[in-house]
Amino acid sequence: MPKPYTPKVITANALLEGDVIYLAADDRWVRALKDAEIFTDEAVAQVRLLDAQSRAAEAVGVYLADMEPTKDGPRPVHFREEFRAKGPSNHVHGKQEHA
Amino acid sequence: MYSYTDFDAAFVAERNRQFRAQVERRISGALTEDEFKPLRLMNGLYLQLHAYMLRVAIPYGTLSSAQMDQLALLAEKWDKGYGHFTTRQNIQYNWPELRDVPDMLDALEQVGMHAIQTSGNTIRNVTADHFAGAAADEIADPRPVAELLRQWSTDHPEFQFLPRKFKIAVTGAENDRAVIKAHDIGIQVVKRDGRIGYRVLVGGGLGRTPMIGKELSPFVALEDLLPYVEAVVSVWNLLGRRDNKYKARIKITVHEHGIDEIRSLVETRFEETRQAFGTAALELFDDIAAQFQPPAFRNAPTEAFDAAYETDPTFRAWADTNLSAHRATGYAIAQISLKAHGATPGDASAEQMRVMAQLARDYGHDELRITHEQNVVLPHVHKSDLPAIHKVLKAHGLATANIGRISDIIACPGMDYCALATARSIPIAQEIATRFDELKIENDIGELKIKISGCINACGHHHVGHIGILGLDRAGVENYQITLGGDATETAALGDRTGPGFPAEGVVPAIERIVETYMAQRSGPEETFLQTYRRIGMDPFKAALYGEEAGKKSRAA
Repeated sequence: MPKPYTPKVITANALLEGDVIYLAADDRWVRALKDAEIFTDEAVAQVRLLDAQSRAAEAVGVYLADMEPTKDGPRPVHFREEFRAKGPSNHVHGKQEHA
Repeated sequence: MYSYTDFDAAFVAERNRQFRAQVERRISGALTEDEFKPLRLMNGLYLQLHAYMLRVAIPYGTLSSAQMDQLALLAEKWDKGYGHFTTRQNIQYNWPELRDVPDMLDALEQVGMHAIQTSGNTIRNVTADHFAGAAADEIADPRPVAELLRQWSTDHPEFQFLPRKFKIAVTGAENDRAVIKAHDIGIQVVKRDGRIGYRVLVGGGLGRTPMIGKELSPFVALEDLLPYVEAVVSVWNLLGRRDNKYKARIKITVHEHGIDEIRSLVETRFEETRQAFGTAALELFDDIAAQFQPPAFRNAPTEAFDAAYETDPTFRAWADTNLSAHRATGYAIAQISLKAHGATPGDASAEQMRVMAQLARDYGHDELRITHEQNVVLPHVHKSDLPAIHKVLKAHGLATANIGRISDIIACPGMDYCALATARSIPIAQEIATRFDELKIENDIGELKIKISGCINACGHHHVGHIGILGLDRAGVENYQITLGGDATETAALGDRTGPGFPAEGVVPAIERIVETYMAQRSGPEETFLQTYRRIGMDPFKAALYGEEAGKKSRAA
């Protein structure tokens, strides 16, 4: 049995602000993880990744991050993605400021 | 203090102009990220977890009040109102936007500062003893040599594409406060037959493969120092492992080839570099040294200090922990702790920076220092001014009396900011400091240095902490390894691992058990944690952490 594919989102840092961004289904870069498009098909994810990586004037370091789909949107599998989605734990800075 | 010459100012301005144009080309899409990255790194600009990070060099940790004020301005205008002082005496801004960075660099240039070579495979900011020029135990001020090395290494054409980064630290005293044994090159000012010279160590470093530096030469004369250091870097530049970045640092080169072979290669190369250098460096050194003359110390009574010490217990506690012996009669070196219990180690708000700048202006001969332990120093204060200084510090949350205590923790930014981190450091530091403040046993414990890194690269110096904590990712969960017995001073040692790591919530209880064991085992209050550890070894601590069986097993092994 092949290993089931872990669902993913496409993420990067915004070129100008450095802020964590996610690719939405309508091709916009969004700031909140809940608005990200989640991929359950590896082939689709790879094609979308290639397209996203070509948008070099908008995003830096584009990659696929493992997620668990929930009714509230994608939930990070790894704690690093949790921190990226939220911001630092010592100051209410980054995304938490606007949440 | 060193002030920029016209040459320095023109050089930095030109670099800033170039970088401004590079940023514009990146934003316009003319440069790809792959093309831009080495350019931004050469100017201290990283892209971290949540934002860009600008690392500004504070050469040998020395700042004037005007420079500190400017750092405050940067924090307010282009960041979120604070800055983070690092273990290499630098300051980092965690939230700049790409478009603003050229303006930040221009603002730094106005006060003789920059971010050049704070990243990349170059010779990094030269660090020094933070008590330089003030310490009672000093042979000579290490900063003129540090400045000479800075000028030599900045934009050095041969050393812009080294196998890996290269870090130099200088101490002017036998008591090493600059961790010279954990640097690629460590330099110690020494005296032989009445003549000042430099003991040169090589191949120290922490990170993935921690090593204690080895002596390359017991005495290098001043006129030989630059050609000698150039010979060292030059030998490594050719010999260093460029095939594997984890084996590229000079510590690995020294380890693989042996110190004797390296010494012989350096000597051969030195014969060439010595011819090429001539005497220009010596003349330059004299000009530099003239700018590091001690301030005009005053001869005044110290009754105000004595009276406050007798009557004000808060002041007394602060004076007992945060002051060190000064070379001038009636003076003291005062450390300002950036480790308020529960706060982020090394962070200072813009307002706090301005307060410290004003204190230096009013009472401290316009000088401030940043320590590798992430605190700030007023290096020259007359004791009679200390009660007034303490009052101001207290009013701004800067009077924490904990230098060298268990809550004076070094912590790297960890996974709260750093893209390389494998776990968080800051919350662990906050929890430990808060807990021991609640227990009210800090002063009873005495000197105990905890150092925390959020990954194996060891920016938090965990290997040389009396207690070291290393945050790792174990199967998708933060996990913390603990080491004991590390030492960052002239008796440098790497800590030993206690055993299996602890989950985040297990770290504070583990530190408590370690401290309880020390308190129970020490021969008396005067025996420090490190002395006790060296006397009794790991077993009692292992038993306290993992149960009697573990202690016994380790004895049998």
